[in-house]
Amino acid sequence: MDEAATKETTLYLTFRIKNELFALNVAQVREVLDLCEITRVPRTPEFMRGVINLRGSVIPVIDLRLKFDMSETKSTIDARIMVIEIDLDESKAVVGVLTESVHDVIEMESGGFDTAPQMGSRWRTEFIKGIGRHEDQFILLLDINRIFSGDVRTIAEAQVNDNSGYQEEDS
Amino acid sequence: MTKRIMTVEDSTSLREMVSFTLKDAGYDVVEAEDGKEALAMLFGSNVDMVITDLNMPNMNGIELTMTLRADPAFKFLPVVFLTTESQMQKKQEAKAAGATGWVVKPFKPNQLLQVVKKVIG
Amino acid sequence: MDAHAKAFKVEAYDILTELETTLLELEETPDDTGLIDNVFRAIHTIKGSGSMFGFDAIAEFTHNIETALENVREGLLPVTPEIIRLTLTARDKILELLDNESNDLDEESLGIISEFLELCGCEVDEQQPEEEIHPYDEKKIETTVTYRIRFEPFADIFATGTNPLLLLTELQEMGECIINVYTDNIPMMADCDPELCYVFWDIILTTDQDENTIRDVFLFVEDKCHLSIDVVYVHDDVESCDQYRRLGEILVDRGDITSDELQEILDDNKKIGERLIDNEVIDSSKVNAALAEQEHVRKVLEKEKKFSLSSIRVDSRRLDSLVDLVGELVTVQARLTQKASGNKDIELHLIAESVERLTEELRDNTMSIRMVPIGTLFSRFRRLIHDLSKELEKQVQMTTEGSSTELDKTVIDQLNEPMVHLIRNAIDHGIELPSARESAGKPPTGTIHLAAHHAGASVILEISDDGVGLDARKLKEKAVDMGLVSTEDDLDDEQCFAQIFTPGVSTADRITGVSGRGVGMDVVKTSINKLQGTISISSSQGSGTTISLKLPLTLAIIEGLLVGVGSDLFVIPLSVIEECVELTRDEAAFSRERSMMTFRGEAFPYLSLRQCFEIDGEMPEIEKVIIVNERGNKTGLGVDQVIGQHQTVIKTLSRVYGDVEGITGATILGDGTVALILDVNQLITAVKNDIAHWDQHQARQQVELH
Repeated sequence: MDEAATKETTLYLTFRIKNELFALNVAQVREVLDLCEITRVPRTPEFMRGVINLRGSVIPVIDLRLKFDMSETKSTIDARIMVIEIDLDESKAVVGVLTESVHDVIEMESGGFDTAPQMGSRWRTEFIKGIGRHEDQFILLLDINRIFSGDVRTIAEAQVNDNSGYQEEDS
Repeated sequence: MTKRIMTVEDSTSLREMVSFTLKDAGYDVVEAEDGKEALAMLFGSNVDMVITDLNMPNMNGIELTMTLRADPAFKFLPVVFLTTESQMQKKQEAKAAGATGWVVKPFKPNQLLQVVKKVIG
Repeated sequence: MDAHAKAFKVEAYDILTELETTLLELEETPDDTGLIDNVFRAIHTIKGSGSMFGFDAIAEFTHNIETALENVREGLLPVTPEIIRLTLTARDKILELLDNESNDLDEESLGIISEFLELCGCEVDEQQPEEEIHPYDEKKIETTVTYRIRFEPFADIFATGTNPLLLLTELQEMGECIINVYTDNIPMMADCDPELCYVFWDIILTTDQDENTIRDVFLFVEDKCHLSIDVVYVHDDVESCDQYRRLGEILVDRGDITSDELQEILDDNKKIGERLIDNEVIDSSKVNAALAEQEHVRKVLEKEKKFSLSSIRVDSRRLDSLVDLVGELVTVQARLTQKASGNKDIELHLIAESVERLTEELRDNTMSIRMVPIGTLFSRFRRLIHDLSKELEKQVQMTTEGSSTELDKTVIDQLNEPMVHLIRNAIDHGIELPSARESAGKPPTGTIHLAAHHAGASVILEISDDGVGLDARKLKEKAVDMGLVSTEDDLDDEQCFAQIFTPGVSTADRITGVSGRGVGMDVVKTSINKLQGTISISSSQGSGTTISLKLPLTLAIIEGLLVGVGSDLFVIPLSVIEECVELTRDEAAFSRERSMMTFRGEAFPYLSLRQCFEIDGEMPEIEKVIIVNERGNKTGLGVDQVIGQHQTVIKTLSRVYGDVEGITGATILGDGTVALILDVNQLITAVKNDIAHWDQHQARQQVELH
């Protein structure tokens, strides 16, 4: 460990999906909302739950569990919608991410996240930027831009035909 | 100074109409029935412009134009010819003979006057 | 009848009498060219003078006879007894027409004409309306343009009796004008030939008349000079900079110096004109001419500035946020009204009403701020057309109409690209080369005409050209080749033209760098559809093509009908709704199976929103059907309930959604719920696409349903 060099740290918002802890760079997170009514937009992939009214703006919301080939996120007391700013086709877009629960904001050193190994991961590694450790816990850094990139529909279609995702039982 | 225009035309009604139109607009007019008569009347007169039909007996409009252009006295005299639209080849001939411009029949008096204005002001 | 017409009649009788004699003589001596000439001239004069004095029937009659006789005079046809007989008959006919003063040609006349034509092996020559020469049909264009006209007469121009100065006078009468003469070519006195013209001119003319009118001034001398007309400045360009160009740029533009030469000089410090002359790069007369141009335009601009209305520039983002706020105000106001209506408090009612009125006015005012005259768009295209026509070696001018018609700024911004494409197409494939145009009897300069006007709640935008037009047959063939339609399908012209919107369909014989691949028009159509607009084409082969765009006036707020399906709410734009009807559950089921319904004896497509959008729940006993009509395409949309009219503030769906078929946006209702706005066009297309060979299907259904 380099004690001499100034340690740069970044803040991350962590949230839980099933038993795993995920992180998002705080810079990307605009706000966290309680669950509100989501209006479904027909003929869109399952994981795109719909849109919400955010103080007069219409924001799309995706369900991360569905995106990871799991069952739908249940509407519990802990469920939250994280309002994120992402890079979509060279400019910014505001989107919502539905998650089971949200945790703390933690501080990690830059470089704290190593690249995720390709093999042996339960999660779709193309959406994971890296894995890190914090207080004896493994944390997966989410690549939120990747999740929204490309033609939303073709990703969804690919998902439908792709059975390589690890199918967890409902829990 | 009043400008003088010669009209060369074998059709009486048309010649009279052109004459009338020009006089009405303040020009002086001299009339001839064909190219031969025109030449005879031109010598010694003070004509500023010639308006001629193409098809006339004795000497037609193209022959008239060529004769005029060959004469130093009339080399630069503006000559405008009257033509029908089915005579477009004639138009080329007339241009080649040195004509200044043309008016197509049927024309309105106003159109004739505009061409005159363009040619002699 | 006026004096001239009377005089003609008298003259004509004389001519006809003489003609008879001449013809009889000619019969005896068929080779006498003098007599032949007389005969021809008699007919020619009757025709020429007849047309002058209103004897149109006679003029038309003699026209075709003249052609035949011309052939005789040229020696192409021999004089035969047949011809003599026919001409005599014609002569008699003319006499008859003179007597009757009739205006129509009867059977007999037509018979005579066709006999003549047969004789000389020609076809009926319908008198073409005069194309050229009547130079003073001034065409005023909408805007004022400053042209630079370079008139370089050939040295021998005087030999035709032309006085070039009079042509310059004509130009001066068309508008404000500066004339520069170039005297550099005048030789020393001893070598001067007074019969030759050594000078040429640059004329800077600011006028509202079009380029063709300018060219007409030089009509008589067009093959006796070099003439070039360039657009130097367009005076309707509201976004153009205040300053006219600098001297150096003008000179480069005119080709008097190269940009390299300019650059070299600019590295010094003297005034550029002086330096150019000092360095003998160009001579003083050219610099003076350019300076004069600069000065002229500056003067004209100053004058215009005095008349411009006071206005201020506003950052469009501020305007956008103002519009957003107004939109939210509208939403909240709707809530207030809703709450107040359920409340017994009178004062609250009054307040809600006032707020509603004020909000409406505020909304209208704000929307009008975003309204911008479409002329700003048009003027951008002048340069494009100018450059493109030079590139493609065509002569094209642009005329506009209705450039003061206002549109929402966002719409105008999004129209730019599609219109550029349409204009490119028009110049590349529509307008012909000058030589081809002349052979077709058209003026060598083609015209692209942009027109706009309001029609109800829409704006109609037209892009027309007077080029070759579209070949409906060819388009159909292409569509058949691509398997889009079958040869038996009966398509009317409009349907054939519509094929052009399918990617890959193009009748362009060659693909240029500019266009032709068949990829553009579908993109244009999509762009227009995205603006909630429609596009259609009409064309006449040989005469030109017109593309019509219909666009809604404001984009952000529309009148809509709120409907419910299950627990979901949707908004259908009121402008496309024809009526609302009801179907029983059974009828609905029946229609759903066939994707068709009948109403008032008419059968048309039917779509159940529940089915289309896969919404859960059971259909109600009575289903409501909204009958929509999009450009003649009627469709029934089945919903559960009709809730009511709703002033819909459109919120775009995030880009994340890309192209969701059938939904064009969302709106927030008074209570905060989100309702989705239906894209009726897309829904209709979706239904049709789901059924292959729609027309045949429809025909089959018609049979079944009866």
